[in-house]
Amino acid sequence: MTGKSDTLVAWDDVLASYDPALGLEVHVELNTVTKMFCGCPTEFGAEPNSQVCPVCLGLPGAMPVVNRKAVESAIRIGLALNCEIAEWCRFARKNYFYPDMPKNFQTSQYDEPIAFEGYMDVMVEGEIHRVEIERAHMEEDTGKSLHVGGATGRIHGADYSLVDYNRAGIPLIEIVTKPIMGSREKAPLIAKAYVAQLRELIVALGVSDARMDQGSIRADVNLSLAPVGTGALGTRTETKNVNSLRSVERAVRYEMQRHAAVLDSGKAIFQETRHWHEDTGVTTSGREKSDADDYRYFPEPDLVPVAPSRAWVEELSGTLPENPREKLDRLQADWGFSDLEMRDTVGAGALGLVEETIAAGAAPQAARKWWLSEMARRANDSGVDIAELGVSPAQVAAVQALVDAKTINDKLARQVFDGLLAGEGTPEEIVAARGLAVVSDDGALGAAVDIAIAANPDVADKIRDGKHAAAGALIGVVMKEMRGQADAGRVRELILEKLS
Amino acid sequence: MSDLTRTTAAQLADALAAGETTSVEVTQAHLDRIGEVDGAIHAFLHVDAEGALAQAAASDARRAAGRPASGLDGVPIAVKDILATQGLPTTCGSKILEGWIPPYDATVVARLKAAGLPILGKTNMDEFAMGSSTEHSAYGPTHNPWDLDRIPGGSGGGSAAAVAAFEAPLALGTDTGGSIRQPGAVTGTVGVKPTYGSISRYGLVALANSLDQVGPVTRTVLDAALLHELIGGHDPRDSTSITQPVPDLTDAVRLGATGDLTGVRIGVVKELNGSGYQDGVRQRFQESVDLMVDAGATLVEVSCPMFVHALAAYYLILPAEASSNLAKFDAMRYGLRVLPEDIADPSAEDVMRASRDAGFGDEVKRRIILGTYALSSGYYDAYYGQAQKVRTLISRDFDAAFEQADVLLSPTAPTTAFKLGEKLDDPIAMYLNDLATIPANLSGVPGISVPGGLAEEDGLPVGIQILAPTMADDRVYRVGSALETLLTDRWGGPLLDRAPALKGAPA
Repeated sequence: MTGKSDTLVAWDDVLASYDPALGLEVHVELNTVTKMFCGCPTEFGAEPNSQVCPVCLGLPGAMPVVNRKAVESAIRIGLALNCEIAEWCRFARKNYFYPDMPKNFQTSQYDEPIAFEGYMDVMVEGEIHRVEIERAHMEEDTGKSLHVGGATGRIHGADYSLVDYNRAGIPLIEIVTKPIMGSREKAPLIAKAYVAQLRELIVALGVSDARMDQGSIRADVNLSLAPVGTGALGTRTETKNVNSLRSVERAVRYEMQRHAAVLDSGKAIFQETRHWHEDTGVTTSGREKSDADDYRYFPEPDLVPVAPSRAWVEELSGTLPENPREKLDRLQADWGFSDLEMRDTVGAGALGLVEETIAAGAAPQAARKWWLSEMARRANDSGVDIAELGVSPAQVAAVQALVDAKTINDKLARQVFDGLLAGEGTPEEIVAARGLAVVSDDGALGAAVDIAIAANPDVADKIRDGKHAAAGALIGVVMKEMRGQADAGRVRELILEKLS
Repeated sequence: MSDLTRTTAAQLADALAAGETTSVEVTQAHLDRIGEVDGAIHAFLHVDAEGALAQAAASDARRAAGRPASGLDGVPIAVKDILATQGLPTTCGSKILEGWIPPYDATVVARLKAAGLPILGKTNMDEFAMGSSTEHSAYGPTHNPWDLDRIPGGSGGGSAAAVAAFEAPLALGTDTGGSIRQPGAVTGTVGVKPTYGSISRYGLVALANSLDQVGPVTRTVLDAALLHELIGGHDPRDSTSITQPVPDLTDAVRLGATGDLTGVRIGVVKELNGSGYQDGVRQRFQESVDLMVDAGATLVEVSCPMFVHALAAYYLILPAEASSNLAKFDAMRYGLRVLPEDIADPSAEDVMRASRDAGFGDEVKRRIILGTYALSSGYYDAYYGQAQKVRTLISRDFDAAFEQADVLLSPTAPTTAFKLGEKLDDPIAMYLNDLATIPANLSGVPGISVPGGLAEEDGLPVGIQILAPTMADDRVYRVGSALETLLTDRWGGPLLDRAPALKGAPA
């Protein structure tokens, strides 16, 4: 799908010559029961074109009616992002032709967003970066095109295309940052942390399913480079379809390296939309986009202005989740984590996962250990976000409960996770099916210890001489004999008993 | 009864209630009349004889059971082809919607059905309501029953002609810049544009959303009031629909029918008279004013200086909204689909282009281009933005005028019906026909056109327009009814009695 591979500049060289400016546009699909402007259900995964009506199909004569719940969610998001809430604002039509747009205009907001001028403090490597929010506005989603045939799954070269309008009219909130300047080498991390933290905020607000893999949170990454130290803004590209936290970071890094190569060669960056390819980790050119793109916005004449009363806004501000920074302090105190442990947990995008795992009964350190070591490694190996690995906090807690009960040990627990990822059932079922329970029966263990002592007389002698540390070697032999399914603590006790 | 088709809707309702006739009889009589004269008039794009008779039979059954659904239960009606009718073709007079059958009813259509009015069919119109003559219909023009060589007005020429030719006692129209009132004027019938937002637009295929309004097309002011009360009122499906109840319109008509206008201040708008208005139109207008003064009204001359900019503002706002509204006709989901001839493997965009090229007429294309331009970045403020400001200023002119006068009076149209083809190649001349009707749409106030007699020079009908403040639709009906009474007394009968007999129709 990539015609030719892009030339990239080495990371350090990018930073030596250029300053990045970053901008993020995040679309959040709300989890309202009905669509933005009609009463159709919004359930994900329904039979194509089964959740449609004259309004969301844009049939001639049909008219929109604003979903009050969507406005409520928009206001709550705005408030949580420290935005001002408009006293009076309108919807506008964004006019362009595309087959998955039923009316060939999108009902959106233009110069009168419901929320504006806010910020979010993002934590990266223990430091706070303030990301300024320009606006959060309401709009409707488009339908979904499926291009059949052809090599790329894109419209060009496809034999035919199918359109599913179930998604058409689902309420979206688009959150747009101001240009993020001065982020330097941290630009990729800030981008990722911003989206991660925004996602957590959305989850805490309960206004969206917040599933990046299902497209209920979608990020567009705007990036430009300017010569280092000039403080200027270069020509930007907008990379769309960046649908995981990991990809946000990678896409920023990639575009910085690609821009630098183009600029180094004396050419200009072309203002355009680019597509991010999760599999190959590259961006490719999409349709050309320029400021000449003319959407001919004008106020939607079929809708009356949205004028949320101050009393309502006040009431909604009482429904906001805990301030993220205060929450971090509280959790760190509750869990007894060190600053470093807390920073790593946040950096790995695992804060919510650890929190849920602890809530499901695991001890804080155990929860942290599983997510930051075992799960982080597996996510990295398979190139997915830790949250989308396929293991839930409840499952991690259940595995830890088995460890706590000495039914399994940490090593066996890893095999239980293998089983979970392979869909073999609950942790208990996997332990039973795979025969993973540790042996703590003294008869079986005693026999294995006897064999180990007999086979290693010199080690046994050292222990008899009081060098208890040497027991480790014998424990290893026993564990190997028992294929790891032994209670290591009990084995040690038996060895010391027999050799005292 | 003697001739069911020459009877008013109110009289038909009484006759049905008294058991003197049946809805099937009434409906059949109108279907027969359509069969006789519509070949010459072409008011209908689609006649639903079977459906109308079935609705009529159901109405008769309700009446027999003593449970009529409304006062007009059983009185048939014609519906402008811009309103969505479930199961009946809805073309908007355009090729691009040929064959489209809506899966839902417009709210006003649903209200007609719930009230038991059999729907005779769908009436002709200028394509997407763009025009003042019905000549821009993709299905051929409608002819004025007063003179078949002349236009019936537009865009709702089909509804007005159907009522004027006694093919239907009632019809629904839509008025964006005069499309109900101007056809009423040139066919000698009554047309009402209600207060913007007082009748649901849900299911009205939008021309210009901020200007469009559904309204009654009838032969008498009372019939208009009866129909208006039936279709009016809040609709949760239309966000711009107002929640206040429709005022009592039939009461207002009864009050007006006394012919007494004592204490009513009528304002004559200086800018809607004089040059550009046909002599015969001005004479009839002056005659009406004099009659009303004789009946006790006080005459005031008012000035609405911003009205001179109304046409210019209108022809920016309307095309802007229309260009966006009409974008949905892209051959992807419904309607006409044309494959480009010169492209072997056309893309979706190629098909859209070819279909829109083949499906839209010239006037529609003209306005799409105008509107697209007016909304373009860099031009928006100068055109659309400026036009919206003019709109506000026109509303202020109305506010000031209504401080001096209870209603405003003007000729509805500057001329009587012109000849078919006469202005087809001169869009500006065509647009000027709506000079007097457009300000009401720009500000949302209600208006009526009542027959004002025949112009001396050509013997064709002249309409008198009465405008009232927003939500004072009852005032429009009261004064309209009074004028109707005064004029009918003077003529010794309805104006339409003087219309020539149509071929095939009993003399």
